[in-house]
Amino acid sequence: MASGPSTYTPSNGFMRWLDARLPIVRFANDNLLSFPTPKNLNYAYTFGAILFYCLVIQIVTGIVLAMHFIPNSALAFGSVEYIMRDVNYGWLIRYIHMNGASFFFIAVYVHIFRGIYYGSYKAPREILWILGVIIFLLMCATGFLGYTLPWSQMSLWGANVITNLLGALLGQDFTQWLWGGYSVDNPTLQRFFSLHYLLPFVILGVSVLHVWALHHVGNNNPTGIEPKGPQDTVPLMPYYTTKYYFVIALFTIAFAAVVFYAPNLFGHVDHYVEGNPLKTPAHIAPEWYLAAFYAMLRAIDFNFILDSKVLGVLVMVGAIGILFLVPWLDTSKVRSARYRPVFWWCFWIFVADYAVLSWAGLQPAGVVLFQTGVGEDGNPVGFSITHLSQIGTIYYFGFFLLIMPLLGLFETPRPLPDSIATAVLAKKKGGAAAPAGAASAPETRV
Amino acid sequence: MRKIALAAAIALAASATAPAIAATAVEPPAQEWSFDGVFGTFDRNQLKRGFQVFREVCSACHSLKLVAFRNLKDPGGPEFTEAEAKAIAAGFQVPSLDDTGQPTTRDGILADHFPLVYPNDIAAHAANNGAAPPDLSLMAKARENGPDYIHAIMVGFHEAPEGFTVPEGAHYNEYMPGHVIAMAPPLKDGQVEYAEANVPRTVDQYGKDVAAFLMWAAEPKLEARHRLGMGVIIFLSLLSVLLFLSYRRVWRNIDH
Repeated sequence: MASGPSTYTPSNGFMRWLDARLPIVRFANDNLLSFPTPKNLNYAYTFGAILFYCLVIQIVTGIVLAMHFIPNSALAFGSVEYIMRDVNYGWLIRYIHMNGASFFFIAVYVHIFRGIYYGSYKAPREILWILGVIIFLLMCATGFLGYTLPWSQMSLWGANVITNLLGALLGQDFTQWLWGGYSVDNPTLQRFFSLHYLLPFVILGVSVLHVWALHHVGNNNPTGIEPKGPQDTVPLMPYYTTKYYFVIALFTIAFAAVVFYAPNLFGHVDHYVEGNPLKTPAHIAPEWYLAAFYAMLRAIDFNFILDSKVLGVLVMVGAIGILFLVPWLDTSKVRSARYRPVFWWCFWIFVADYAVLSWAGLQPAGVVLFQTGVGEDGNPVGFSITHLSQIGTIYYFGFFLLIMPLLGLFETPRPLPDSIATAVLAKKKGGAAAPAGAASAPETRV
Repeated sequence: MRKIALAAAIALAASATAPAIAATAVEPPAQEWSFDGVFGTFDRNQLKRGFQVFREVCSACHSLKLVAFRNLKDPGGPEFTEAEAKAIAAGFQVPSLDDTGQPTTRDGILADHFPLVYPNDIAAHAANNGAAPPDLSLMAKARENGPDYIHAIMVGFHEAPEGFTVPEGAHYNEYMPGHVIAMAPPLKDGQVEYAEANVPRTVDQYGKDVAAFLMWAAEPKLEARHRLGMGVIIFLSLLSVLLFLSYRRVWRNIDH
C-alpha cells in the first residue's frame, strides 16, 4: 500500500512468524509510522486527519443516539427531545452530533479548496481526487438524511423539497418509490434513518480507498514538486502525528465553543417545531453546507430548451458532477497556485464566489438587494438574491469550464524550485530569497 | 495586495456560515438575560415568578407537554423543593383509568408531564376560533431571538395603526410576523400577585419572567452545558499548548 520499499524488520521470532502469515504489523509500520511524507506540508494539509477524527465522532455519537431515537413519524420529534432532556448527557451527545455535521463540512471544504489550490488532483492523483469527490457526495447525502430525522418542520419540508427535485428529473413514480408512499411520511422516515446509519460506514470504506490511493502515490505538497529523495521527506510518525494531535486539539476547541455556547448557531429555528404536513413554513432553507448548491438550483428561474425546474436540478447535480472532471479540465503542468499568479486570483475569487452562493442559498429567493423601482404589484424590483445567485453560478462553472482549461495554455508560471529541500532552504534564508510569490502565500506564516 | 484579497475571501467565507434569514417581522428589542453569556445561569426567583405567570395565565390555553413536574425541582431550573413540586403536580388533573378501566382523571404526581389543555388538536382549534394555542415547551428555541420575542409579544399589543385592518376576532401585535395575532392580550398590570414585594407588577416584568421560564423549559440543561463547557475548553487549551510544544520539539532539527 505505502509507496516505496518496506522498512519493517521483525524484532523477534514470533514477529517473524506472524509477518510471514499476516503482515499486519508491517502494514501498520509502513503506513502509519515510517510512511515518507514531504517535510514542507503546512497546516492546510492537516485536514485529512481532522476529517477522519470528525467521521469517528459522528459514528460514535450517532450509534449512541440511535439507541434512543425512534424512527417513527409520530414519535421521532419527541424522542429527540427525550434525548435532550432525560438521557444522561443526551443533550451533549446530540449537540455534538448536530454541530459535528457542520464542523465535518467546514473541514471538508478546507480540504477540497486546499486540493484545488495546490493542484492535488493532477496526475498521478486523479483517482485519489475522484474518491474524495465520492466521499463528499456521500457526506452531502448523509447530512441531508440526518437533517430529516428529527421530523421537525424543516426536516419534513426539506425532505419534500429535495425528493421533489429528484422527481422533477426522474418522474413521479421515482419519487413515490423513494417515499414509500404518496407523500413524505413514516415509511420515508424509516428508510432515511436506515440509510443515514448505513452511509457513514460506506464513507469509512471509501476513505480507506482514498488513503490507499494517497499512500500509493504519496502526498502532494505546497511546491507541487514530487519528493526526490530522503532529504525531502520525514516519517509520518512522529513528525506529522504530533502535528495532527495539535491541530485536532485546536479544532476541538472551536468545536466545543459552538457545542457549549452556541449549539444552535448553524441551525434554523423551525428545527424546534414539530413537522406538520398541513402547514408549509414561510421559508425552507437547507443546511449551510448545502446552500451553495441550493442557490445554483434556484438561480435557474428561466426555461432554456428544458423546463426551468429540470434545468435547475441538472445545474445543481452538474455542480458536484463537474468535480469529477477537474483532473482533466486543468491543463496547466504546474500544480501549485504558488507558482501560478493568475490562477491564484481566480482561485480566491472562486472561494469568495462559493461563500456568496452559500449565503444566497440561505436567503428567501425573491429578496431584493438593490432596489431600482416598484413593480406593478407594488413590490420592490431590482437586483435580487436570484440575480446574485445567477452571477455566482456563472463564475462557478466558468472557473471549471473556462478558467481551468484556458489558463494552462496562456498563463506564464513563476520558476519552480529544483526540489522541496531547496524551496525549504530558500524560505529559511528569508522571504527575499524565496521564490517570487511564496512570501505572501498563507503557508509561510507557519 | 494579495493579503488583502485573502483576508476578504476569508471574511466572506466566515459570514456565509452564519445563516442570515431575512426577518419578515419587526426585530424584538433585545433584553438583558441572566442566562446570556458563557457564565450565564438562570435566576431561580425569576424562574419561579415566570412559572407563576405561566400557571395563572398561559396554562389556561397553552400546554407544556415536554416538561415533567419532577423537572421543577431539578438542579439548574426553578429548583422548587420536592414538597412544592408535588403540590404543583397535585394541582393539575392528568388523564388516567379508574378501577373498571374507564377513562378518568387523577391528581398529577412528580413523574407526570404537564397535561394537555385540550384533548386533541381539533378540540384546541374548535375552542379558539380556529387558531390552536401552540405548546410552549420549545417556544424559546422555535423563534428567532426566542426569549426576546416572547417578551416582545407580551408587550407588543396595541391599537392597529391607521389603515391597518385587523380581522374579526384577531388582535394587533407589533412583533407578531404580519402583525395579526389570534391571542387576546393575556396580561395587564397588577394581574399576577408576586410574593416578592420589590418586583414590579407590570406587563413588562411578567413578560420577562415568563420568557425566562420558557427558556428554561426549552433548554433545561443550559446551566450544566455552560459549566461543563468551561472545563472542557480550559482543558483543551492547556492540552493544545503541550501538544504544540511537543510538536515543535519533534521538529526542532528539521528544516521545513
